[in-house]
Amino acid sequence: MKPPPFAYHRPTAVEEAARLLAELGDDAKVVAGGQSLVPLLNFRLAAPGHLVDVNAIAGLDRLDRTDGAVEVGATVRDVRLLREPPVAAAHPLLVEATGWIAHPVIRNRGTVCGSLAHADPAAELPALLALLDGSVEAVAWRRGALTSRMVPAAELFAGPLQTTLEADELVVAATFPMLAAGTGWAVEELARRHGDFALAGVVLTVAVDGDGRPTSGRAAYLSCAPTPVVVDIGPGLDGGDAKASALYELVAAALDPTEDIHASAEYRRHLAATLTVRALDRALARARTDSGTRDQSSEGVRA
Amino acid sequence: MTAMRKDGEVVNPVAVDHEVVVTVNGVTRSARVPARRLLSDMLRHDLRLTGTHVGCEHGVCGACTVLLEGEPIRSCLTFAVMVDGARITTVEGLAAPDGELGPVQRAFRECHGLQCGFCTPGFLLLTTELLTRSPEPGEDEIAEALGGNLCRCTGYVNIVRSVRRAAELAKEQLS
Repeated sequence: MKPPPFAYHRPTAVEEAARLLAELGDDAKVVAGGQSLVPLLNFRLAAPGHLVDVNAIAGLDRLDRTDGAVEVGATVRDVRLLREPPVAAAHPLLVEATGWIAHPVIRNRGTVCGSLAHADPAAELPALLALLDGSVEAVAWRRGALTSRMVPAAELFAGPLQTTLEADELVVAATFPMLAAGTGWAVEELARRHGDFALAGVVLTVAVDGDGRPTSGRAAYLSCAPTPVVVDIGPGLDGGDAKASALYELVAAALDPTEDIHASAEYRRHLAATLTVRALDRALARARTDSGTRDQSSEGVRA
Repeated sequence: MTAMRKDGEVVNPVAVDHEVVVTVNGVTRSARVPARRLLSDMLRHDLRLTGTHVGCEHGVCGACTVLLEGEPIRSCLTFAVMVDGARITTVEGLAAPDGELGPVQRAFRECHGLQCGFCTPGFLLLTTELLTRSPEPGEDEIAEALGGNLCRCTGYVNIVRSVRRAAELAKEQLS
């Protein structure tokens, strides 16, 4: 299938891109990696009149460790998170979640911010951003000036492939807060074929006390609802050794999964709860052998 | 890249064609294409390089895989206009100018790493890049690198065997 016709724009500055989006409104789509958008065009599920390619904009390819967070510019491709050691050291959970995205060839082109703006409920990075209370920076050209705002994850995702961003807004960066020292993490998901979108998946963090007992935890679910769902799993940890059954029951009760051709709601609920129990095991093991590579300051996210 | 306009008249922006110049297998090539031209179609239709195969056209099968600046990408998920100025390697670039097959191609032939051959260009380019990055890849590394491409004939046993053989041949060629 071939994509429908569109006009192509390649701005070289953020302001130019924002002006274009202001002028073109909802007839324009932003493209960076195109790994989600181009299939939609090829299937003709989307037919925007204009594509605004942000790859030529200088400065959007920045990948920085800031105070307590990793900031990812709009044209940073997934593969860079897997290949740049300073980021891996700063945010191993971000690296692990990125490694679950599709296949290496897709990660060579797909971008972190593109995945967030695309807001696929089956994608890993929206769930991670929600788990960490991260945010995106969106700019727009309004009343003759460039405006910018931070949109927290809790306010970003509106539904399947829908965000609360306005048509004239451009995501220029995403901020993933780093984990506090002593926090364990894990990503678990299940797909019918390796690299497919998961039937259900979980991104989880857990904090432990000096004796290695879990004190608090959070889990975010993908493929379970129209948007990422964050669950406080603290009550399921029982203050001591994790009781798998209590955690399973807590998650199963907290989720109201969607049903589709790929899996029933009941199966998704079972899968999400089972994956949570598995993820907790791995996360606890990591928390107890914390290598101290994460953020040592008080800025880091507590589980 | 220049936008083409008829006699200076402003035309419907959707109808504007773009001059795209790419270096394919070391040769500078150009074509005037609409913005919606997929890289896979530019290679096949405009540049007549039909070694790149188009399978699913939505990024699932990997038959259209080419190397963009040395990295494997899906050419069916990439607009030609977005890679103007880039260096691209297709399956046609893996053999020597006199037609002698490269080590990866020889390995796939030796180990029966193909039957109908439709998926083969993608696997050859994935293997080429993998061996550049990791000259002696382990089993897991091979599976990770090839896992995104589909073969509906042979299964993957002989393909994986071909990759290991290609590593040997490439090493012999170097020494």
